[in-house]
Amino acid sequence: MKKKMASVQWRSRGRNYEAELQRCHPEGLPVEFGDYHPLKPIMVTDTKTRRGARKGSTSSSSSSSSSAPVDPLSSMLDGTDPLSMFAATETSAAASHSSSVGDLGRKRRVKEEEALGADFEPWSTKRGEILARFTTTEKLSINLCMGSDRGKAPNPGSSAVSEKVRTRLEELDDLEEGSHRELLNLSQQDYANRIEELNQSLKEAWSSDQKVKALKIVIQCSKLLSDTSVIQFYPSKFVLITDILDTFGRLVYDRIWTMCSDPRPLPDSFTVEDVNDTAKETCLNWFFKIASIRELLPRLYVEAAILKCNRFLSKSGIQETLPRLTAMIRGMGDPLVAAYARAYLCRVGMEVAPHLKESLNANIFDLLTTFRQISGDSVQKQLHLQKVEVPAYLMLYSPAINWILQCVAYRAPEPLLTEMMERCKMMANNALLLNSIMRAFRPEFVATRATDFIGMIKDCDESGFPKHLLYGSLGRSLACADPPESERLTILNEAWKVITKVRNPQDYMNCAEIWVEFTCRHFAKREVNTVLADIIKHMTPDRAFEEAYPQLQSVITKILMYFHDFSVLFSMERFLPFLDMFQKDSVRVEVCKSIMEVFIKHQLELTRDPVILNAMLHICKTMHDSVNALTLEDEKRSLALLIIGFIRMVSFGRDFEQQLSFCVEARSTFCNLEPVLVQLIHTVNQLAMETRMVMKGNHSRKTAAFVRACAAYCFITIPSLSSIFSRLHLYLLSGQVALANQCLSQADAFLKAAVSVLPEVPRSISVEGKLRSSESFLLDFINNFLATLLVVPDHPEHGVLYLVRGLLNMVQDYTWEDNSDAKVRVYISALPLLAAMSQETYLYSIHKVDSNETLYGGDPKFLSEINKLCETLIGQILDHLKTLTRDEQSMRRQSALAFSLFGVLLAHGDLKNNKLSQLSINLWNLSHKHGHCETRVSIRTLESIRHQAQRPDMAHLSDTIQRLALQSRT
Amino acid sequence: MSVTLDIKLKRANKVYHEGETVAGVVTLCCKEPLQHNGIALSMDGIVNLQLSSKSVGVFEAFYNSVKPIPLISSSIEVAKAGKIPGGKTEIPFEFPLISKGNKVLYETYHGVFVNIQYTLRCDLKRPLLAKDLSRSCEFIVHSQPQKSKIVPTPVKFSITPETLQNVRERSQLPRFLIRGHLDATSCVISQPLTGEVQVDKSDVPIKSIELQLVRVETCGCAEGYARDATEIQNIQIAEGDVGHGMPIPVHMVFPRLFTCPTLETTNFKVEFEINVVVILQDDHLITENFPLKLCRV
Repeated sequence: MKKKMASVQWRSRGRNYEAELQRCHPEGLPVEFGDYHPLKPIMVTDTKTRRGARKGSTSSSSSSSSSAPVDPLSSMLDGTDPLSMFAATETSAAASHSSSVGDLGRKRRVKEEEALGADFEPWSTKRGEILARFTTTEKLSINLCMGSDRGKAPNPGSSAVSEKVRTRLEELDDLEEGSHRELLNLSQQDYANRIEELNQSLKEAWSSDQKVKALKIVIQCSKLLSDTSVIQFYPSKFVLITDILDTFGRLVYDRIWTMCSDPRPLPDSFTVEDVNDTAKETCLNWFFKIASIRELLPRLYVEAAILKCNRFLSKSGIQETLPRLTAMIRGMGDPLVAAYARAYLCRVGMEVAPHLKESLNANIFDLLTTFRQISGDSVQKQLHLQKVEVPAYLMLYSPAINWILQCVAYRAPEPLLTEMMERCKMMANNALLLNSIMRAFRPEFVATRATDFIGMIKDCDESGFPKHLLYGSLGRSLACADPPESERLTILNEAWKVITKVRNPQDYMNCAEIWVEFTCRHFAKREVNTVLADIIKHMTPDRAFEEAYPQLQSVITKILMYFHDFSVLFSMERFLPFLDMFQKDSVRVEVCKSIMEVFIKHQLELTRDPVILNAMLHICKTMHDSVNALTLEDEKRSLALLIIGFIRMVSFGRDFEQQLSFCVEARSTFCNLEPVLVQLIHTVNQLAMETRMVMKGNHSRKTAAFVRACAAYCFITIPSLSSIFSRLHLYLLSGQVALANQCLSQADAFLKAAVSVLPEVPRSISVEGKLRSSESFLLDFINNFLATLLVVPDHPEHGVLYLVRGLLNMVQDYTWEDNSDAKVRVYISALPLLAAMSQETYLYSIHKVDSNETLYGGDPKFLSEINKLCETLIGQILDHLKTLTRDEQSMRRQSALAFSLFGVLLAHGDLKNNKLSQLSINLWNLSHKHGHCETRVSIRTLESIRHQAQRPDMAHLSDTIQRLALQSRT
Repeated sequence: MSVTLDIKLKRANKVYHEGETVAGVVTLCCKEPLQHNGIALSMDGIVNLQLSSKSVGVFEAFYNSVKPIPLISSSIEVAKAGKIPGGKTEIPFEFPLISKGNKVLYETYHGVFVNIQYTLRCDLKRPLLAKDLSRSCEFIVHSQPQKSKIVPTPVKFSITPETLQNVRERSQLPRFLIRGHLDATSCVISQPLTGEVQVDKSDVPIKSIELQLVRVETCGCAEGYARDATEIQNIQIAEGDVGHGMPIPVHMVFPRLFTCPTLETTNFKVEFEINVVVILQDDHLITENFPLKLCRV
């Protein structure tokens, strides 16, 4: 530091820290921590928070990625966070609002679906599934001929036809002309769009009072359902078109409903007597109109669509109509078309009259009798023409049959289900039916009879329907309900015997994936291991696993769901080889992440199990190695958090050396993820402190060597970090730890390293993506550093206050921002340190470390060194103050700086010294000169001085106080 | 100045029986007061007969004999000449539906060659320079239920190549056996025709099975008559290669207006028949005909 003529003399005030402490806390009131936390929802009190905080808070920032372990903030706010809670209530409020504004019909519909009970899986959930499953790349066509149903409009030809009828007929003719459209070469998406257009035009026609046109649209649409070209798309077509029918049914019902709503709306449980004649007549008209539709299929579908309207006409209408419609379907020659027509009828029936079970049963029995048509010539010819395989064709039935069976099985008595099983046996265990039974019946029912079902599957004829699908369906039921304990192993053996013979890897995998859950649920490591081995055996040839990543992933997920004991999990021989099948990087990392998440969630105890450690290291290494230059920051952060979560769970107990060597290994393995390195340094520092605790502060030779090794570890790891502040903080922290462990030279080295890094601190750093000035961070750090320096003894080979001087020199040479007082602020805060250093007994010290107080023993030469240093600093500060006169802004700064220096003098300087006292008075005046001081602060300062002056050893302050004038009073 | 005139019947379905009273209101809507020379309401029932074009040549001799047959005709004055205030005015009326003399009020029927129709007609006479207004409205007459009770007698049928008539080359016919029954051929008009059809055997797959409802209208008198059969409606009951041995329901609702109880008078006849039509995939058309007797109970 440049030497300068000292214009002031520094004398530190002598302090008696003990006495001061006692004065400060006369009562020694403990501070209570309230329960209140402003971010916490009011009612939630959960002990989980503690755990979450432990997991989540690391030295690095918390993650924004969802896959990361518990975030301390969100775990604090256990339950729902208030914002999303608001959002939720808002949307539900909005929904209820819109529904109250919107059509009554929807509301009613919701009510009726509720009447079915929540355990009935509604059609809406099936809908999307079917659309996604039955797709085609072939070209489709829509054939709409608006006027071809000639039977509908009885021939005119008589002049006596009433006027109304005539205009109606003319209207029909208009539509006929040019309305015969055939749309060819539609892609699947086009097709769906067209259908949606039709849906729209139906609504438009309806709202513009063109009821006839609306009916025509519906008829034409349902006619499309008799077209089975591009058969693999048929289920999806069914879904699209029945949507239109639903719309139509709703429109008609709502219209008739509103006709009766004068003077007040009908109650939901209205009877025929409540319906007025006009409404009845309109309703009757619809039925007559529909009864005259020429073609079978449209007549059936449209009548089914308005089935509910029977309520307006008679009590027993629905009850009579359902069986009739059911019988009518027998006229459908194509078994697939018939099956779907039945499905629709059952759906409508369930919605309108869930209590009418008979026709549901009739439907399924009729359906059974049509099964032999599948092997008939007509169907076979068609399949041949369309080049569709029989198994694929049979799969087309499953949504329809599943749905019908679901309706039949819903709250059905046990005997009925048993009867269905018997029927199935009678039909030579028709595979298609069996499959649907297992899908649609209650899992508990299936599970208790699992052995029976296996027998039936065995007896099935192989033709057409592959057995692995049957086992797949059975497995699905068994995954949610438990078969009798004694049968479980047999079931697994029987099933797996078949599954393992499936040759197509994709089919095999689909089935195996389902059965993994059953295996995990009921069996232990050994069986699961066998299953895994089998999967590996099947999927390895020809790299078949490449096509089955989703299923393989789901296998892992299921295993993780049931196995939370990682020592068991990793002791499965085949688990890691199984992981090796994930060879696509992205999938591999996904899998590793999912394993890690489960680990972090369920591994509650620290572990040193070599099996776990090896496997986890392997997994973590895989995640780590996936990081490259292109990896996103968020992704890196979440990976790092997962790895950190693992590192925190590793503990070798008292075997500190092994722990250290683990850290060494981890460092080399995870060198690319900085947060992990930071964590490792913390872990090692903690290790050193634990060692100290075990030794109760008195290190033996061996432990001393160990803690030095820890320090060495940190010392060589820190420089590899790129974040300068991490480096600084870790140097300081490690220095403190070294000091606490009596490693003086190591501590010295850390602190020296920190000082030498200081000049590298950039003037701005990026904080959460924004560029911010680093000044405040730097000031914080330096103040922290200064506080540590008090206890660091001087190095015998270097001069007095070597580190303090070094730091101050660095501060002087550092290129601070222009117009910044940071440097001077550091000087000001260095003064209290120096003052503290000149005390006979230091404010704090470290056990078994001699600080400068003991080293120098109050040597006057040492004290004068300190004083000289102080004087230099004050000189510098005063010089700086002189330059701050240019404008209003700098005056303000001048005032603030002067006041803080005044404060330091008051607290730490010996004001008995006249010069110092004079200086402090000058500073007071300077700070008040331009009126930038806050009067309130000034007044309180004066009060505090007055208070101090009452003490005998501070009496001299009363002189000073006389000369301190408040600006406002002058 | 716009005036609208309308007739509204009390009954939503507009159905009346002989002896009942046709009641309703005449509604008048005008913005300003309306001067008129009287409002009259008339009720007419009429049978219109027409000869088909193919019959015209043959029966030219009595062409003129197919004159409309009036069944009922009466009129009443609803309002005397005067003024109707602006706004909506409703004038209620009642009309007894009683035939003149011993004439029978046949049931309303809209056919091709025979039409039986009942109308109410409202005429509003207006002073000079304004057109008279008129509005008519059809109402429907259902004949009185028949006294005699009908016991439904099922009719069984069985169709094989051997039972067919009108076959050109019997040897080329595919083998088939179609059996079935109609629950009755004397049908109650308000109830559907029911029955069952069952394909027991068919060498050639079925393309479609249909029910064809046919009206047979006869006009004329003792000297000669024209008899024409035309289709009323055709309902498909089976489509495609239906499963064998499974009974397929026969179900047909008799359309309103286009059917009436079977009618036989001196001047004309209205009868109905049903055809069960089976079309094979090689476009063979097999028809079985059943005459029906419709009645109202």
